[in-house]
Amino acid sequence: MVKKAKLDLSVNLGNLDLKNPIMVASGTFGYAEEFKDLMDLKKLGAIVTKTITLKPRLGNLPPRTCETPAGMLNSIGLENPGVDRFIKEKLPFLKKLGIPVIVSIAAEDSPEEFSILVRELEKINTVAAIELNISCPNMQKDKLISQDPADTFALVSAVRELTSKCLITKLSPNVTSISGVALAAQEAGSNAVALINTFTGMSIDVHKRAPKLGSWVGGLSGPAIRPVAVRMVWEAYNKIKIPIIGMGGIMDIDSALEFLIAGATAVSVGTANFINPKASLEIISGLRQYMADNNIANLSNITGRLQACKN
Amino acid sequence: MAQIKAKIISNKKLKKNYWHLEFESGMVAKNAIAGQFVDIRVNDSNEPLLRRPISIHGVNKTRVKLMYEIVGNGTQILSEKKPGDLLDIIGPLGNGFEYSRIAKKPDCPQAVLVAGGMGVAPLVFLAEKIKPNRPLVLIGAKKREQILCPKEFKALGCKIMIATDDGSLGFKGKVTDLLKEVLLKGVDNKKLINIYACGPQPMLKAIAQISCEDNISSQLSLERHMACGFGACLGCVVSTKAGYKRVCKDGPVFSGKELTW
Repeated sequence: MVKKAKLDLSVNLGNLDLKNPIMVASGTFGYAEEFKDLMDLKKLGAIVTKTITLKPRLGNLPPRTCETPAGMLNSIGLENPGVDRFIKEKLPFLKKLGIPVIVSIAAEDSPEEFSILVRELEKINTVAAIELNISCPNMQKDKLISQDPADTFALVSAVRELTSKCLITKLSPNVTSISGVALAAQEAGSNAVALINTFTGMSIDVHKRAPKLGSWVGGLSGPAIRPVAVRMVWEAYNKIKIPIIGMGGIMDIDSALEFLIAGATAVSVGTANFINPKASLEIISGLRQYMADNNIANLSNITGRLQACKN
Repeated sequence: MAQIKAKIISNKKLKKNYWHLEFESGMVAKNAIAGQFVDIRVNDSNEPLLRRPISIHGVNKTRVKLMYEIVGNGTQILSEKKPGDLLDIIGPLGNGFEYSRIAKKPDCPQAVLVAGGMGVAPLVFLAEKIKPNRPLVLIGAKKREQILCPKEFKALGCKIMIATDDGSLGFKGKVTDLLKEVLLKGVDNKKLINIYACGPQPMLKAIAQISCEDNISSQLSLERHMACGFGACLGCVVSTKAGYKRVCKDGPVFSGKELTW
């Protein structure tokens, strides 16, 4: 039996070390300050900020969320104060926490905006890693960058030249082959991939015969998407070598473990933050307990250690 | 604001689909401002997934009172809770009404509370907080049976006027039409009136219009579906003159003059 004190929960995402593999997903955690009265933020493995764009962005027309069976749809539309105000107003609080801050970024009109943002963030020590959000379903685009392996390769290659920081590419599940896009990100030099963003979905108010969301469609998240997300992590794990950050409906330790066993090096808690703000911390202690109970000293003995089905 | 497990003291049907729930929390009771709400996780399952925001209806020492209407599965499950059960609560949340000035000074503006249907819930708490002001309360609903809490307001020394759409009790018509009558007939200097309102969207919109046209101060408590309830998801925004604002964190109370409908 391994003593809890001897457990090693640390993981490595290319060139970024985390003290534990539990992160919080972009867009579900604001800029962390929103959660300061509800939990001990310093215990998290890393924080991924709400996505930042070059200019302030108003976001989409309300209503922006609706509840669905074991899930929710959102169409926030990347409302954010823009990179300048983010650096001035949001980053100082994140800096004080002393844990890795991963800044999620997106472009509104041209992929060139990614390069400008990366150049800007490259200069800031507090920024431990940059997550490329090339998979937001709420931007009213016909095609997302991450829906095309060639576009993904081109974008990641372009920004790779601009930074030595850890680059994480966040992928869309709204594709035929997730591993193909993950491979493209790897080939272009991404240090890790984040799997998955939300599924495009729709919900209709039958009395009004109208969509429940102001922008008609939105991104589905929550436990409802978990089996598909786990499958996608497993599929990608079998094809790529870089670390995977798994997410999609993680609510508790068991659902986090599913992703780790499927091949994720780290996991992100998303929608659960809204419902149980302490979910991520409960998962960290649950993981310690699981490792102690199963005599596992190191996380590498969990990641991808999927066994064939035994009857 | 904190996340707590609060013990339910009582959970009783008031009438029809309307319920009263009382839970024990010195922290919420002590800190609650009228107009604030608590966000309740009705069970640990994924159905329903999200918390349910419910207005604070009153406090009694270390106890907090809620009033709710069964409108879906979340409130249905809430109604099945028994005394002694623990309730997972985040609160108190939101900004609440601003009433520090009118509650104290004797020459302060007259508070006019306008409630539509379930909108009475936070306004009873407000009436309690501003009791010395002896607010005028206008309660509106479709019909007589849906007029809620007149006794509570009376017990607090409020003057009450009632409006029903079908005329089965009080003024026949919308509560906002009653408000216009009151303002037109009874008040010389409209600056001496502060309106506090909670109710359905068309009612609040009509009050915002009255308040803009007649230059009367109004505070409107809005209701929206929420994902988090504490300002993180940006899901419950409303349009204001200063851009989108979050109902859960920047509201639920907004000035009638700042909202753009």
